[in-house]
Amino acid sequence: MSVRRSPPRRPQAGQRGPNLRGRLQVLSVFLGIAGFILVAKAAEMQLWRSEFYQAKGDARFVREIEIPTSRGMITDRNGEPLAISTPVESIWASPRELLKNPERMGELAAALQLPLEEVKARVEARAERDFVYLRRRLTPDQSEPVMALKIPGVYSAREYQRFYPLGDVAAHVLGYTNIDDQGQEGLELAFNDWLIGKPGAKRVIKDRLGRVVENVELVRAAEPGRTLELSIDRRLQHLVYRELQKALVENSATSASGVVLDVATGEILAMVNLPSYNPNVLDSVPAARRNRAVTDVFEPGSVIKAFTVAAALETGRVMPDTIIETSPGYMPLANHVVRDIRNFGTLTVTGLLTKSSNIAATKLALDMPNEHLHDVLHRFGFGELSGSGFPGEQAGVLSAPQGWGVVEKATISYGYGLSTTVLQLAQAYAAIGNGGVWMPATFVHGGAGEGRAAIDPQLAKTLLGMLETVTGPQGSAQRAGVAGYRVAGKTGTSRRSVAGGYEKRYISVFAGLVPASQPRYAMALMINDPDPKQYYGGLVAAPVFGRVMADALRVLDVPPDNVEQLLAAAPAVPAAEADALTLEAESVAEPLDALRPAAEPVPLQGAR
Amino acid sequence: MNWRLLIGLPLLVGVIVTAIMVVESRQHHRQLSVQLSALETERDELNIEFGRLQLEQAALGKTSRIERVAAEQLMMRSPTPTEVEVLRP
Repeated sequence: MSVRRSPPRRPQAGQRGPNLRGRLQVLSVFLGIAGFILVAKAAEMQLWRSEFYQAKGDARFVREIEIPTSRGMITDRNGEPLAISTPVESIWASPRELLKNPERMGELAAALQLPLEEVKARVEARAERDFVYLRRRLTPDQSEPVMALKIPGVYSAREYQRFYPLGDVAAHVLGYTNIDDQGQEGLELAFNDWLIGKPGAKRVIKDRLGRVVENVELVRAAEPGRTLELSIDRRLQHLVYRELQKALVENSATSASGVVLDVATGEILAMVNLPSYNPNVLDSVPAARRNRAVTDVFEPGSVIKAFTVAAALETGRVMPDTIIETSPGYMPLANHVVRDIRNFGTLTVTGLLTKSSNIAATKLALDMPNEHLHDVLHRFGFGELSGSGFPGEQAGVLSAPQGWGVVEKATISYGYGLSTTVLQLAQAYAAIGNGGVWMPATFVHGGAGEGRAAIDPQLAKTLLGMLETVTGPQGSAQRAGVAGYRVAGKTGTSRRSVAGGYEKRYISVFAGLVPASQPRYAMALMINDPDPKQYYGGLVAAPVFGRVMADALRVLDVPPDNVEQLLAAAPAVPAAEADALTLEAESVAEPLDALRPAAEPVPLQGAR
Repeated sequence: MNWRLLIGLPLLVGVIVTAIMVVESRQHHRQLSVQLSALETERDELNIEFGRLQLEQAALGKTSRIERVAAEQLMMRSPTPTEVEVLRP
């Protein structure tokens, strides 16, 4: 037994070796497998599926945050700001976080200067969400006390707000943006893509409390919006606004529009509509926000006669001094009667413009083919968009010449049966001053497009000289005169068209060019529904032109081209006399009763 | 043994040196980012200030205001034709 007992004791030492080795082997195999698994897992994580794990990790602490950028500035042609974006703070909250500390709501509401109920209602309405605006667009001074409270779940975000330093003076041209900085109206809308910047983005590492710990990388740099330099001149804009405002009040008119163009380039130097609105506080009625100078069409009346005369001269059948008989001051025409304000007797073609005779214009029109009159009007841009690209721009109506009967043709010759915007009118007159070259209108400084020849330069010059007589001593618009400068222009007074006919209310129009020796500026203006006791274009609209241009020419440093008149030191026109003269000389273009306004399609022959 | 030391020691030294360099550059990076964000904040604040000043300038330079100040405070007016001297070259 002992023998059998002893061997196991002896080999104990011998057995301990293989036993130990066995354990070691087991252990090393085990460790080896474990190590292999570890390495394999590491390899899987690092090599195989590294992207997956990277993404999972990033999702937990790497955040991409937006770098806000501002909308580009709008300036006038001299770089003066017309619309600026300045940063403001918008306070937002995470309702889930905020509601953990409901006792701090009172403090918060007080700092926000909002009623407690309102804050509560807004937060509780979105209790399960992570985002709600508490108050938008605070100045940094207002937002600081809110953020100083350090209430968990209340954050601030930078936004940009648009300011318009000119306020209502340039409101219609510029338009406005919505709360998200997107253009809604006017040039803000038309040039939205140019003005908006591209927000940048950067990747950061945030800690548990949402603080930025580290900037990882810049995903893309913020691109600030580009500056838009308009052709508008702030000073001219103000002058037009001031004088139109004065005229609007004096004549108790309902609305007025005026446009000043640079003759050579077609750049819009000023565009004003009244009534206006303050674009910094949007609480006006939408109707007041319409840019009437480009969106509203009207029948222009006598100002069209300049183009009738141009068409007549172009046929070669009449000269500026050709005699036209207008006695006895009325003229039967296919069941209708064309009238002048009084019997002008015999007039030259120049006299037609000076006195604004409807009969003479009718006679000239009847003496030429429909197509020719239409063609000339069309070349001057009537019935066609101005090229300004303004949102909602209207082209006006110029019907096809095949449909014109004698009555339509007669009325079109003195400005009824076709419609136009104030901008188109200014443009057409600018073409006369630009040697017969019609330029597309533009709002951008240096954005002049390709012009097209409307009439022969020589004819344009002749026409300009004829239009100068209108502001002369015999003319219907002496009040458009500017001391020291020669002025060419034409008045117009038309009845307002309403559905199915015309009402006893008027539109007073003036379109003119200065200085007439070498025109640089064209202006057209329209005063809608002035006091019916005194509605003539020569009395209502022409003085506005004269007053605007007197200041504008001085501001713009245009040398006087009529120094003799200035030296004579006589005021352009004695005021009292002017009243009598203009009243007599102005001829209202009366629509033929049965005719429909241009807004409706004019049927063949139109005799109803 | 000797050749092990010959390879191992420089490696060890290299590891320690590069480790210290990593720490160093990391620290440098932190400092620069702090500086960057400080400068960015400053830039933003200057931009805000600039915008405000531009607005203020535009408000003060409004033509209607200049006109009012000229007429009411400085008693300026346009010269009448009799007061104008025309110089001819």
